[in-house]
Amino acid sequence: MNIDLAFTIFVLAILCGFAVISKVPATLHTPLMSGANSIHGIVLVGAMIIATSADDPLSYFLAFVAVAFASLNVVGGYVVTDRMLQMFRRKPAAPKTEKVEA
Amino acid sequence: MDAQTIDPIVRLIWLAGAVAFVLGLIRMNSPATARNGNLLSSGGMTLTLGATAVWLLILPPTGSFNPVGWVIILAGVVIGGGYGLYSARTLPMTAMPQLVSLFNAVGGGAAALIAINEYLRVIGVPGLQENVATVLDVVIGSVTFTGSLIASGKLMGLRITPSRPVMIPGGQLVTGLLALIAVAGAIFLFAGNYNLAVMAAILAAALIFGVTMTLPIGGADMPVVISLLNSFTGTAVAMAGFVLNNPVLIIAGALVGASGAILTKLMADAMNRSVLNILVGGFGGAEGSVAAVGAGGGTVREVSIDDAAIQLAYASSVIVVPGYGLAVAQAQHAVRELAEQLEDRGVDVKYAIHPVAGRMPGHMNVLLAEANVPYPQLREMEDINPEFERTDVALVIGANDVTNPAARRPGSPVSGMPILDVDHAKNIIVIKRSMGRGYAGIDNELYTNPKTGMLFADAKAGLAELVGAVKGL
Repeated sequence: MNIDLAFTIFVLAILCGFAVISKVPATLHTPLMSGANSIHGIVLVGAMIIATSADDPLSYFLAFVAVAFASLNVVGGYVVTDRMLQMFRRKPAAPKTEKVEA
Repeated sequence: MDAQTIDPIVRLIWLAGAVAFVLGLIRMNSPATARNGNLLSSGGMTLTLGATAVWLLILPPTGSFNPVGWVIILAGVVIGGGYGLYSARTLPMTAMPQLVSLFNAVGGGAAALIAINEYLRVIGVPGLQENVATVLDVVIGSVTFTGSLIASGKLMGLRITPSRPVMIPGGQLVTGLLALIAVAGAIFLFAGNYNLAVMAAILAAALIFGVTMTLPIGGADMPVVISLLNSFTGTAVAMAGFVLNNPVLIIAGALVGASGAILTKLMADAMNRSVLNILVGGFGGAEGSVAAVGAGGGTVREVSIDDAAIQLAYASSVIVVPGYGLAVAQAQHAVRELAEQLEDRGVDVKYAIHPVAGRMPGHMNVLLAEANVPYPQLREMEDINPEFERTDVALVIGANDVTNPAARRPGSPVSGMPILDVDHAKNIIVIKRSMGRGYAGIDNELYTNPKTGMLFADAKAGLAELVGAVKGL
């Protein structure tokens, strides 16, 4: 990939990032931040690349830490975001508890 | 499938992943579609990572299969992913903000490690493009790594990272010096030099800068700071994409960098603060006004559990104002129980949710939803503020700065911050552990209001006693 092509993609993706956030209710600020946080877990792709191209102990070590860090970011990020958003469900569990109480 | 066909297919799958990230983020703008959006985004992520694994197996970067590399990938994924899954599943909802900050820190750390590793393996003198991308990746990734760790520590209230602003002696000077080291080093490398010591100096300066940038900022501003650092990590990941010449890293990184920046602005706006103001450490230098507010204060009236229970039970309308104290005490179930008791007696109960109550926007909604508080009872600030004057009792549970009437006057550290008009209610009961101050580090004039009765208790224990007392009436 040429640098001009890479830079083109970069700039267009930035514009895209500006456009995807519109008027967000304050209650969604945290989940949205957490959601964006999990997306940069994509860095795991880079960590995998350096792990498979490593050939000396230091590189293996750096690659290992990078893979572990990136996996923590991506797995933890998505799970925690989902857990936050689960809380916004409009009480699918409610009918059950009401029945029990009645 | 042979190597010639697999490469374009993998690249198309990466594109599909990027599309899923964009659509996922758009869907996360609205409560109805948010969860679905996150699932879409995670689906795109799984697809992208899976395709990358296949790509690396069939087309290894070194030309041959690297068994040690794969063992390392598996071990890293199991350890990192396992801990991520465990902590994200088991930690209490109150710990969410610091967890997000931790995940952000390691993301930035991984991006910086990629650049460091590539720099160590460079043969000859790297070109200007490589140098710029590497230096930016190392600097941004390292700042966000230590900065987010400090932010996380501040939210946890660790002793080495107290949530109050910590002033670093000669802070401006230190910051200037660190910036100078990084900029001078960068210019030297950009001029066509390859020098590990200079890169190490840049790395060290960036790591320290992350600490000195975050330490002076008060806990109340942490959400905005975490969001800003989140945007930084995105940018660092995009730089890692330039270093490795990988389009999906560039796209996803730039996407998060830009959307994170907009989100940071939105969050700062919700608190009526400017991002720059926060970074300079606005809440920090408030000592003078503390004395001024304290001097004007009156006496504090305490109220007993029984009196409070009677006030609540015989009110016709009650507005509950939850804050971080509720989250800390895990009192969301207790408050719902009390609300149900009151509703059985015909009291109209609502919850007033300040946009930044708790430690992160949306914190209270999440907590109360967990306790099955009916969603329609949760009312946003603009919506509920006019109702306070018609309300018999406002029950403030562990909320502080967001109720401070001092915010309406200029000259206070919280000036201009939108607040809940709790002081307009006919009676006010405040459940609080002590007269301790909130994040802003100032006294709350609400507590000395003659209409206010203070109930000194842990939120959960106090609410449980109130439930008992209301039952006994």
